[in-house]
Amino acid sequence: MTQHREHAGVSLDLPKISATHAHDLVGGVSVEPIPWKGKVGVVTPIDLDTSWTPASRVDAVPVPSAPESKASGCGTECGCKSKAPVSAPIKDSEKMRAMEQGRLASLSARLGFGVAGEVSASSPASVAPGGGKPKKIDPKRPGSGIPARKIISTLVWVRRVSQTAFFALFMYFLFQTGFRGNFAARSDTPVRLPLPVEAFLLADPYVGAMTLLSTHTVYRGLLWSLGLLALTLLVGRVFCGWICPFGTLHHFFGWILPSRKGRGASRVEANKTHTYQRAKYYIMYASLIAALGGSAIGGLFDPICVAVRAIGLGVIPAAQYIGGRGLGAVQDVPARPIQAAADVTQDFFARTVWQSHQFYFHQTWFILFLLVAVLFANRLIPRFWCRVLCPLGAFLGVFARFAVFGMEKDHAKCTDCNLCLVNCQGADSPQGGVKWRQDECHMCMNCETACPEDVIKFRFLPNRASAITKTDLDRRTLMASAAAGGALILAPRVADALDVNYHSKVIRPPGAVEGRAFLERCIRCAECMKVCPNNALHPAFFEAGVEGLWTPILIARIGYCEHSCVLCGQVCPTGAIQKITEKEKLGIGTPPVKIGTAFYDHGRCLPWSMQTPCIVCEEFCPTSPKAIWVEEVDAPMREPTPGPNGEQPAMKVVHLQRPHVDPSLCIGCGACEKVCPVQDQPAVYITSVGETRSKTNVILLENTNYNQKT
Amino acid sequence: MDPREKPAPTAAAPGAVELARPSRRELITRIGATASVLAGSAVLGRTVWDKGGFGARTAEGTRQVRDYRVKQASEFAELVIARNKPDLGGPDQTADAIVRKAVEALGGMKRFVSRGDVVVVKPNIGWDRMPIHAANTNPDVVASVIQMAFEAGAKKVVVADGSCNEPQRCFQKSGIWRKAYDLGAEVVLPAEHRFRTTRMKGEVLDEWPIFTTLVDADKVINVPVAKHHNLAKYTAAMKNWYGVLGGRRNRLHQNIDTSIADLATFMRPSLVVIDAMRVLMRNGPQGGNIDDTKVMNTIIASADQVAADALGCTLIGQHRDNIPYLKMGHERGLGTMNWETLRVKEV
Repeated sequence: MTQHREHAGVSLDLPKISATHAHDLVGGVSVEPIPWKGKVGVVTPIDLDTSWTPASRVDAVPVPSAPESKASGCGTECGCKSKAPVSAPIKDSEKMRAMEQGRLASLSARLGFGVAGEVSASSPASVAPGGGKPKKIDPKRPGSGIPARKIISTLVWVRRVSQTAFFALFMYFLFQTGFRGNFAARSDTPVRLPLPVEAFLLADPYVGAMTLLSTHTVYRGLLWSLGLLALTLLVGRVFCGWICPFGTLHHFFGWILPSRKGRGASRVEANKTHTYQRAKYYIMYASLIAALGGSAIGGLFDPICVAVRAIGLGVIPAAQYIGGRGLGAVQDVPARPIQAAADVTQDFFARTVWQSHQFYFHQTWFILFLLVAVLFANRLIPRFWCRVLCPLGAFLGVFARFAVFGMEKDHAKCTDCNLCLVNCQGADSPQGGVKWRQDECHMCMNCETACPEDVIKFRFLPNRASAITKTDLDRRTLMASAAAGGALILAPRVADALDVNYHSKVIRPPGAVEGRAFLERCIRCAECMKVCPNNALHPAFFEAGVEGLWTPILIARIGYCEHSCVLCGQVCPTGAIQKITEKEKLGIGTPPVKIGTAFYDHGRCLPWSMQTPCIVCEEFCPTSPKAIWVEEVDAPMREPTPGPNGEQPAMKVVHLQRPHVDPSLCIGCGACEKVCPVQDQPAVYITSVGETRSKTNVILLENTNYNQKT
Repeated sequence: MDPREKPAPTAAAPGAVELARPSRRELITRIGATASVLAGSAVLGRTVWDKGGFGARTAEGTRQVRDYRVKQASEFAELVIARNKPDLGGPDQTADAIVRKAVEALGGMKRFVSRGDVVVVKPNIGWDRMPIHAANTNPDVVASVIQMAFEAGAKKVVVADGSCNEPQRCFQKSGIWRKAYDLGAEVVLPAEHRFRTTRMKGEVLDEWPIFTTLVDADKVINVPVAKHHNLAKYTAAMKNWYGVLGGRRNRLHQNIDTSIADLATFMRPSLVVIDAMRVLMRNGPQGGNIDDTKVMNTIIASADQVAADALGCTLIGQHRDNIPYLKMGHERGLGTMNWETLRVKEV
């Protein structure tokens, strides 16, 4: 902050000027302020400190000749360094005008349009010699002082409202991804969610494309993704800048969290197009090839999946934990009104935001860690996720080339002030002197609002001379990444046999399709885990192999599969878990859906080895007739105390009920495992064997496909 | 700058730098800061000093009791069994009418609920089952009790239970949530924060999380459903207090009879209304098969939960002598298992 004071003294120390200048350029009214830091950089551009005021500009007569200083001015595309001589505070407005003309001439020569003569006609738009309404000049605005088009400044606000609204909608859907009961429902009303909480995923064409390649079909609601594709074809990557909730999150953090080092010139530098932005295309193509090979693993990177997973499984439970601890402490205050208020607050949150009990998710620390990491990346590279990693953005970027709406740049008018770059979200080269990158642009319109010189114009069917529409990819790297995508699937596929299942504890949700088909469909969006009312479904870490990272598995010790619940299938956007009905799940008229089978560990079971009555498992067994049945026995038991004179302890006979499981009736719901009082390692537990989705992972001969009655 | 702070010119060795000595004021400040940090940590350390060791607290002293009983009235029956008797020439009555005539025979709801009371109605909403499965209390019976409590002048009626299955699903599928809401009762789901650890000082139930909503009341009406229970053999009034407990109550099965007696000692309701409209005869307590249930259209009402259970168990063909927790309750003086000794009325 000390540098801008020094620049008032005119000095021709070039490195110093360029540094100072670069810093000052960050100014301008359109820089979004940071609440507790004030404006980013300095508000006054260098032009206003000289005689170069809008008023003097109006009077100035354009000089058509190109003066000698032009050659050094526009040697490179880099705005700040090359501009140093031009922007040195020269008091003589005539001379400055001449230099400007020269720079423009060289620009037009290089870019092939925007003749110098045009400048004289349109640059001092306020007087408008060609007629038309004179524009009002805002003296606080840098450069020409011409305000942005009304429609554009309105659109920017519409965008902000849209971003907020879609983010709120996304969060609302996430909060509603769970069953909280309904006092108005009759007892025979099937339990369903009233809202399409998975709507954002259904509208995701990247998910649509992946599952199309892996299953050769478009599953149910995923047809909606065509709508988003159509929107992109019309107006480019509007989804990224206007709709995407994860993008909005990064937009917000890029604004609120810039590093001290990420301001001024470094921010301008960071917002230029970089080659590392290609990474997202490589991720996208690798995922699509992997999908072609039969794995929807690309969902790991899908922004909506990441948002649902990280916020639903990490942020919300963490917030609940903090809230529960805080309000729990308030409840201990020995004053009835305060306790009641804490109760009411807890009730409110339990009904609206989270659930009535704390949810835990297996190994979710890693998911949260990655979220925090990408949010922090915004400090140095704004919207790092969107620019560098997001495969959905890349997918839309590929299609943005066909968009009929886009940007047109009049390079001739550009003064290289870089205000567009300061506010750029997509790092899509909005500045003059280089071509606009349509595939990178988020359509946020910040550049046109910021531009003080009327260079940037968004319009339908723009002149494409100043734009690059194709994605800028290196062919060899593209081939390599596609090959990597194929290898990525091959390696884990030969690492273990999927048919016998990777791990006996990989228990998939009810209605899940068979092993390979499951991997073709599961995008790891975590909707099923979020909706599960008993906290039974969890993101697998490496239980299901490397390829099965964050696919849903049931951990019965934390929660069991509620007998009549079919919500996980209802929210699954890709059909990895099919939308089964209660009748199908319970087996009314059909065989029931089994997700595994229960087994007893007799060495740990109380009635079996400790002669103690228990059978909680039998009580909770939900099937009818019960899969757990008890055998009435009279068993010998030793008294705990020795007899007189050191004799052996006496024996007695106790009547016990010893539980057994009938594998033909057991559905593997895990209720027995959940309620087993042997706390650390249960005496009854479920494994995946006997699951109806598999024809090979079976115990009983009658359940094999060879003699299955349909 | 204070001139005293200037370094005194001394004949130091060449190269050695003579630094200024701190002033007296700075000296005092610095030593003071050191001393106060030391004193502060000493005070803090002494106040939060943990001397170590573990003293396991044991159940001793008097048992905790939540007593909501009302005065006895000799002019009314003490135990009422109300039936729908269309086959004996009576009118075909609804659940509501049967509950009403049962409570009427006990002296009416006004005897149990005073004007302005906060009344907790505790049905059995333990399972994700529909009314027809008879695993939860019949919603019509619960509705009738709520209605009567309001008619008797209750300020607020709260319906709550700690379910076994997922609570929201149980409350919705039991049909009780809807009925209670329609009547204006407050339905409280067993959310985690509603439980507070309480010392009941029972024989097996010493310290346990308690569903506070159920005990924060002027009057508590127990509205269980009579049904078979595979381990306890029969469950209704006394066993219904399992819904008061949170935590991992699965451990209690190892001594289910004593834990039921402990709970019945802790909770002494104003009134017990046992729902035997439809009774689960086998595969209790969860059931799930309509063939296991039997329509009985019966209500048992009493202020004595032991007597009500001793009579109720005959409905599923059990006898009080086979049910240890009834004997324990009887011996503890919670009521009498010899229900014939009470003023019994059949309506």
